[in-house]
Amino acid sequence: MSFDRGLAQTRFGYGRSPEVAGPETVAQMMAQLRGPDVAAEQFAIPKDDVFYERISELFAHRQAVRQAQKGSDDREKRDVLFQKNRKRAHGQILGFMMTELQRRVWTQDALRERLVAFWADHFSAPGKNIYYRYLAVSHVEHAIRPHVTGRFEDLLIAAVTHPQMLVYLNQDVSIGPNSRTARYRKGKRPAGLNENLAREILELHSLGVTGDYTQADVRQLAELLTGLTTGVGKPARFLDKRAEPGAEEVLGKTYGGRRAGLDDIHAVLRDLARHPDTAGYIAWKLARHFVSDVPDAELIASLQRRYLETDGDLAEVTQALLEHPAAWAPLKDGQGNFKRPELFVSSALRALAVPEARMKAAKPAEIMRLVMHPLRFMGQPWRTPLGPDGFEEADAYWLSAQGLGARLQWALAAPAAVMTRLPDPRDFVQTALGPEAPAAVRFAAKAAENRQEGVALVLMSPAFQRI
Amino acid sequence: MNDTVFNRRSFLSSGLLAGCSIAASPLVTPVSFAATRGENRLVVIILRGGMDGLDFLRPPNSEMMTRLRPTLSQAAPSEMMLAEGFTLHPGCAPLYELWQAGELDIVQAVSTPYRHKRSHFDGQDLLEAGTATLGGAGESDGWLNRMLQHMPGGEMVTAYAIGADPMLLSRGAAEVESWSPDVNFVLSSQGARLMQLTMERDPEMARSLAQAFALASDAPGGGVIEVDDSEVMGDFDEMMAAQMTAKGKSAGSAHQRVASFAAAQLREEARVACFSLGGFDTHARQAKTLQRPLERLSDSLLTLKSELGAEVWGKTTVLAMTEFGRTVAENGSKGTDHGTGGSMILAGGALRGGRLLGQWPGLAEEDLFERRDLMPTDDVRRYAGWAIRESFGLSRQALETAVFPGMSLGDSPALLS
Repeated sequence: MSFDRGLAQTRFGYGRSPEVAGPETVAQMMAQLRGPDVAAEQFAIPKDDVFYERISELFAHRQAVRQAQKGSDDREKRDVLFQKNRKRAHGQILGFMMTELQRRVWTQDALRERLVAFWADHFSAPGKNIYYRYLAVSHVEHAIRPHVTGRFEDLLIAAVTHPQMLVYLNQDVSIGPNSRTARYRKGKRPAGLNENLAREILELHSLGVTGDYTQADVRQLAELLTGLTTGVGKPARFLDKRAEPGAEEVLGKTYGGRRAGLDDIHAVLRDLARHPDTAGYIAWKLARHFVSDVPDAELIASLQRRYLETDGDLAEVTQALLEHPAAWAPLKDGQGNFKRPELFVSSALRALAVPEARMKAAKPAEIMRLVMHPLRFMGQPWRTPLGPDGFEEADAYWLSAQGLGARLQWALAAPAAVMTRLPDPRDFVQTALGPEAPAAVRFAAKAAENRQEGVALVLMSPAFQRI
Repeated sequence: MNDTVFNRRSFLSSGLLAGCSIAASPLVTPVSFAATRGENRLVVIILRGGMDGLDFLRPPNSEMMTRLRPTLSQAAPSEMMLAEGFTLHPGCAPLYELWQAGELDIVQAVSTPYRHKRSHFDGQDLLEAGTATLGGAGESDGWLNRMLQHMPGGEMVTAYAIGADPMLLSRGAAEVESWSPDVNFVLSSQGARLMQLTMERDPEMARSLAQAFALASDAPGGGVIEVDDSEVMGDFDEMMAAQMTAKGKSAGSAHQRVASFAAAQLREEARVACFSLGGFDTHARQAKTLQRPLERLSDSLLTLKSELGAEVWGKTTVLAMTEFGRTVAENGSKGTDHGTGGSMILAGGALRGGRLLGQWPGLAEEDLFERRDLMPTDDVRRYAGWAIRESFGLSRQALETAVFPGMSLGDSPALLS
């Protein structure tokens, strides 16, 4: 069991493409991963300050509506303008998603895209209104993506102190009970702690729920995080007056005590990132995501070792994954990781090599119909899990009748909608499944009544959906 | 197995699917379950996010409540008075009608055995597993599923998990159908046969797909159809239109469609259904943010009642339960954080109804769990256990050892009328 050209594409990428050759060695995969982020340049998303600017503009339009006299013509006019801008923002959000999908369709460095998806899920922070649905794009693009081959501590700091996460997990409204703000507010508006972010940092982002922490650690970390806040259209900032005075003890170590500041918050996050429980949790999560629901114990141990040896260097940890024989275990009938819907849809688009011009030309209503609604019916609405724990990993969860029904619905309809002409199913079976395509699928593709069903048969086959 | 009780479930598991048109098959005609088995229905609704029991079921106004919750849970004295000074959240007005009709009970200060860490995800897993402690991630099966395995005649019971969120509740050895009313497709019978062929060596996938075929055939315009080639090509546009109907916005909002779908199944052969409602994690501005989730819960219960019809509703018990309650004190952002004890809601025409169940622990600091949360005085599983026992006649032993292992069922709260 070692490098396999098929698995390199399916298990560690977005599947086969008729246009883009797969990697030939682990060294090549790692060289691409350690090299420049080519796909992000080719299919660009604006810089983070552009996001803040646009959100501020949109928010200003909203404020203008609020300031106008209720029932006045002026208010109505302003509201029309706001709604127009909101609609435009919604369209842009869908456009950014299509940009990300295009990277998956055309990249040679598909492992990078898979890692971005993995970490975006690990640090799930879906937006609840238009401003934060917009900023969610920037959270993944600017706080997560640049760090997926760097140190975990830098990724952790960037992802959890980003305004997207601060708002999603209510850090923006957490105020030290003895802070100056709380004292000033006394008797007016209530001010106090909100433990949400602190709890999820420990439970989901670093040590994991089985990690060695207690409710007291949650509380102390929440106190330490006070001061960290944001506002609509603004980057994160630290407001001393909201910070709880005094030192806090998290996992037996004391932080702060002098002048409160971001340094203490970064220090505790670095320590959490280097905790052995974090190494074990990240190793398990990666192995489970890429290889199997029940990963090989030695594989997990190997990732954890590399993590600890390199202070959480994620490129090194990824290399340890690719160097381990268990990562290349061949597929057996009726077993293997079952693609989650986002991967299913992305890899189908890659196998079809949907032309760039077609993806770019898609209008918002069409993107909703072709991608957003179907992903929701399949159970994985785009970057919108029910909670901060991201989407379920267990294969059994995704193998429901309703989930498969929704995949079939999409496989029958979407390819025909995005391709001027569907491929001949006899060719498509080669493109999508490679030289190892099972005889039953080849036969089915040949015997299908029409191209539409033939393509759907290939996409629905276990050989396409299990990796 | 007798031919006359050959229902769709046994049809699916018999592997006869390939090669015939589902919609036209005489084998899928539902056979009345009533003739031979019990008529009672059970619906389980998981309220995800940790519903604040103290805001849903508001304790009598007091100086202490005002101090602990300056912006929350304050009830006008006359507003929907239940008993002992307790009132309902004003967003639940429709539920007050159920209360007056004797079709609603509320259990106060209950929880699962989950303590201390207050994680949603572990809390929900434990709630659905029905055990005292968690097994390994994703390994355990669900209590509703184990109940099916112990029901007298359980192999004949059809159970549904509904919505795009298959639940641990339904996970396990007993066969449970899962479906979302939004999914629909049209596939030729030839295509269906070929698809089964490609899945021959993947029984798990084949089984789910067979269910999908059967379930889509229930939907208007969907399913596996018998057509010849010319017709398929001729009707291509029409078929595409059927595939592409994004029903996301038609026929009411998502939770109503789920409740409607549940009612439709329960009117027919289904006896057990479960689904979940989210949005209860109200860390901030709870006076506003809890409103919609509670309205959705009310809507779902009322939709079930109206669409089941008086006769079936009269045989139905609905259990609505959450992973934990929330902190007794309001937090710094007019919301509440993760807590322990909370409320459980029972609804349905089968209930005696109109009762506040359980024991009130008090709100003084020394009465609280870890000096912050409502102290649980009872186990939610016990009420679920009695609802099952009274609805389906499961033995005390089956409930205490298999469905909710290690739980003591205790004295009967005599839930059903």
